[in-house]
Amino acid sequence: MKRSGIAFWIGAAVFLAAAFIMTKVVGNQYPFFAGYVILQFIALAVAWSILGGYAGYVNFGTSAFFGVGVYSSVFLVKAFGAPLPLQILTAAAVGALMGFALGLLTLRMQGIFFSIATIALTIIIETAVTNWRFVGGAAGIQIQRPPVTPPFDNYVQMLFFVQALLVVLAVAVSRYIQNSWIGRGLQALKDDELAAECSGVPTLRLKLLACVISGALLCAVGAPSAMYLQFANPESAFNLNYSVSTLAMSLIGGTAHWSGPIIGAVLLSTTQQLLTVTISSEVNVLVLGVMLVLFVVGAPEGIIGLIRRIFSSRNEGKES
Amino acid sequence: MDLLLDALVIGVLLGCFYGAVSLGLSVSFGLLDVPHVAHPAFLVLASYGVFIINEHYGIDPLVAGLLITPLLFVFGLAAYRLYYETFEKRGSDAGVRGIAFFFGVAFIIEVLIILQFGVDQRVVTAEYIGKSWRIADMRIPYRMLVAFAVAAALTIVLTLYLSRTFMGRAIRAVAQDQEALRLMGANPIKVKQWAFGIATAVLGIAGALLIIVAPVDPTLDRAYIGRTFCVVVMAGLGSMSGTLVAAIILGVAESIVLTMFGASWAPAISFALLLGVLAVRPQGLFGRRS
Repeated sequence: MKRSGIAFWIGAAVFLAAAFIMTKVVGNQYPFFAGYVILQFIALAVAWSILGGYAGYVNFGTSAFFGVGVYSSVFLVKAFGAPLPLQILTAAAVGALMGFALGLLTLRMQGIFFSIATIALTIIIETAVTNWRFVGGAAGIQIQRPPVTPPFDNYVQMLFFVQALLVVLAVAVSRYIQNSWIGRGLQALKDDELAAECSGVPTLRLKLLACVISGALLCAVGAPSAMYLQFANPESAFNLNYSVSTLAMSLIGGTAHWSGPIIGAVLLSTTQQLLTVTISSEVNVLVLGVMLVLFVVGAPEGIIGLIRRIFSSRNEGKES
Repeated sequence: MDLLLDALVIGVLLGCFYGAVSLGLSVSFGLLDVPHVAHPAFLVLASYGVFIINEHYGIDPLVAGLLITPLLFVFGLAAYRLYYETFEKRGSDAGVRGIAFFFGVAFIIEVLIILQFGVDQRVVTAEYIGKSWRIADMRIPYRMLVAFAVAAALTIVLTLYLSRTFMGRAIRAVAQDQEALRLMGANPIKVKQWAFGIATAVLGIAGALLIIVAPVDPTLDRAYIGRTFCVVVMAGLGSMSGTLVAAIILGVAESIVLTMFGASWAPAISFALLLGVLAVRPQGLFGRRS
């Protein structure tokens, strides 16, 4: 294993250990409630970037995947009383299938038409769930949490740790893809799909792969949300805010490197958490809009791009 | 059978209304290729403008819509300038960042409206709101008839403008071949800016119709993102009469589904149609591109 690989896994282990110790040491419940949301957005942004960042197919259907993840859990709990790991696995499987369907869409449309199609997909699925009585319909559904499994003494703390695991999983997958032939292939088809196809890059297979992985992760991240809120309704599970927030976080951080979405998500969702508590949820959406516009206009390559520009200008200074 | 006929008539009227609110997007997205996701947010903003004038001075909403039209025109000019300077001028990747930019703008407008007016639904008052016209067994609300007439007039005016006037022809020319226009000695950016101004100005009347037809709330724009893009893509980018026809198809489809299956299925219609059109005939029913 390369040195950077070892450093990465040590970092991941330290992060998980810190999250675990936090559940043992911190008595106050609020940090877990807020932390869960932040972790959730990190995982969403990282998962989104696999398709949206590396391959350049801008998916506005994050909320569709998230919502399907939530409702897979709701269905499993209501029908079979399934445990949390099974909920997440099933959500991932459903997400992979949805991703595959999305991948087929990329055959016929690119650019903004693909994005519009993903919005369309979101609303159609939301409408279908709204009309599905078994999972509560438009009014939503209450969910009872099962007793917590040791070594955790509180369900939210457990969900917090589970979400931390999902973050590590998403980042590891994203990092692997970036450094492997998959990432290089996706980069090639992002730059010029026709040229990539002509030089022997299996564009269709790569696109399908990116869609399936991204979709499975997005759905898996959504799955624990049902237990977290103990309530689900279509309007909030499929809210457009998830799509736009995820996109905003990835763009703000920068999509050229796997760490970009993490930086963006930490920055934006921490700000949002603080604002929601101190001011109001409206201002929170306002901040999202303003940051999105500012970064898209001022720093098109995101924070990663800014950092790279600073470093490269410094290096140029040294050489001359 | 009566029910179906009812649904059909209401659907046509509703469709014309959808056409009116989509015309601006048909110019900005259809002709200029600007991914204007904030179009419905501008529309709702215009509705609130109409609401203020109607509330304070008791002026008819349609007249109020006309009154704010010049203001919207200038707003559109400024918006395009900003978009051009930040995206089109730099060239690469304008599409994705463009959508993200307009989503940001839409969210900002949404929140500013909420902070100013709250989340309550707003209505306007006028002679023709709340009454309906009885014909045989049918009851047709006057506000739908007004929407129908105004929408038809607006489409005709815009079609004539684009085909008969010098500036209108220039707009269509810039949509076809920007470089050629530049070679003819015209400034394509000026023409596009003017076109975007027109696209935004049309929202004065469209916003008035929006608040005449139904109450308006700050997040209403989200429902109209789908409807307007559906209409414009289905029409084939940039065709005004096509926009009206596509809108009528959408209106009738929504109205029939509403009657047959209930209101909760209606939102899926515009999007299912949109997906169908994108998958089968990406250039739209009356497309300008092959």
